[in-house]
Amino acid sequence: MAPMLSVKNLRVSFPTHRGRVEVVKGISFDLGRERLGIVGESGSGKSMTGRAILKLIRKPGLVTADRMDFDGIDLTQQTEKQMRAIRGARISMVMQDPKFSLNPVMTIGAQIAEAVVTHEKLGRGEVRDRMLSMLEAVRINDPKRVAGLYPHEVSGGMGQRIMIAMMLIPGPELLIADEPTSALDVSVQAQVLDIIDNLVTAKGMGLILISHDLNLVSRYCDRILVMNAGTVVEECAAGQLEQAQHPYTRGLLAAMPVINETRDELPVLDRSQWAGT
Amino acid sequence: MSAIRLDNLSISYGDTTVVHGVTLDIAEGESFALVGESGSGKSTILRAIAGLAPEWTGTIELLGRARSHGVERAVAAQCQMVFQDPYGSLHPRKTIDATLSEPLAIHGIGNRDKRVEEVLTAVGLDRRFRFRFPHQLSGGQRQRVAIARALMLEPKVLLLDEPTSALDVSVQAEILNLLKRLRREQGLTYLVVTHNLPVVSFLCDRLAVMRHGRIVEVAAVDLLKREALVEPYSRELLAATEGRAGLLDGVA
Repeated sequence: MAPMLSVKNLRVSFPTHRGRVEVVKGISFDLGRERLGIVGESGSGKSMTGRAILKLIRKPGLVTADRMDFDGIDLTQQTEKQMRAIRGARISMVMQDPKFSLNPVMTIGAQIAEAVVTHEKLGRGEVRDRMLSMLEAVRINDPKRVAGLYPHEVSGGMGQRIMIAMMLIPGPELLIADEPTSALDVSVQAQVLDIIDNLVTAKGMGLILISHDLNLVSRYCDRILVMNAGTVVEECAAGQLEQAQHPYTRGLLAAMPVINETRDELPVLDRSQWAGT
Repeated sequence: MSAIRLDNLSISYGDTTVVHGVTLDIAEGESFALVGESGSGKSTILRAIAGLAPEWTGTIELLGRARSHGVERAVAAQCQMVFQDPYGSLHPRKTIDATLSEPLAIHGIGNRDKRVEEVLTAVGLDRRFRFRFPHQLSGGQRQRVAIARALMLEPKVLLLDEPTSALDVSVQAEILNLLKRLRREQGLTYLVVTHNLPVVSFLCDRLAVMRHGRIVEVAAVDLLKREALVEPYSRELLAATEGRAGLLDGVA
């Protein structure tokens, strides 16, 4: 079966006083209907990879790729107008912080409805039914009440579930989740990821989960790419993360304290080995 | 003598009471953690001790002396706070040198030049960082500066509000090692607010689990390591950390 998304030699660069700096240095991967995790530290280029797929990198940023195919569509050749038909409807993205991603002056119901109306012609009643059942799908009790609320009236966890509802309501085939839970409490994180996981599995979608948390990614994905300084340093099955070979991956794993910690000092990455981050 | 003693402490912001009758006793030299979800009142307790949340009732005692509701120089000299976000807690238009010298100027302490240099060495920053601005530093370096600033007055007690949650794991490891070393070298008492239980396991001796402004359980860190916390809510928090979800439905 042909992969849903195929990326070859993707490069993203930005101009600085000292010439162009590449933040993503030629990465390649294929994605089927599976859950792929991209892990790395700040500045490793993981978010830029996610944004490049949706062509969300604005000038003066520059994206080049030998190939970037989504379901037979060559994304590199799409015009802005054609991209708008793909974004949301076929590939959508959940951002990090619901506080900044929701429109503060629109009710939640109206924002979610807007996501459907943009891509489909539906009657008002039908839109409302879809919106309410989507809110229910992300486990919001009393969707009718919540639909009338404004973003500042809901908690962070609820806000993120609303974002997920909004992203999934047009029925995309690929969901890119960029640090979907790092602004949330530990107690809510697992719940939000479970919702994403259930919906993605039930609808047979592809998922790209971008995060800095190795354990979290290994728990929710099938395959993991570890990124450092714009390149993929290691690719492995999520279950085999403990056997990771690359010193950077091993360093990241070791630097994390564990619940039954006995080490007196945590091992620290030797940054001179990997210039960059 | 206890370093921090809280007796029946209730704290409010306006008409809303966020902490209800908390009683705690933290020994000198101890490292104590407050854990719980957002809104449980753990940071508010820190703010009240530091004097940033003045609407409290009850008793706050620092090193045996009761604290008043106002700003107290003596308290500032003994007890300092490190904030969560290193990007927000340093003045963007002051050099590191100015940031570090300011507490000394306020408290009329001389020999500033030498003191700044000593503290920079203590937190593992090179001298060349001294005359830089915060935007020229990475997140981990900034958090080192924030810790250095808190140490300028040679306090006995450090209040740490999520000191590593804004940092990458590898940088978090560096800062945790630093905090552990400083405590050993300078005999500091820590009161740490965090929702990261592995960090508690690494850095602390005892912990208190908070929920809805009340302490649910106080336990030695051994119990956490053996996953033998007693209260159901503490166990749920532990389960959530390990990704066993579904238990906390309805809490959010």
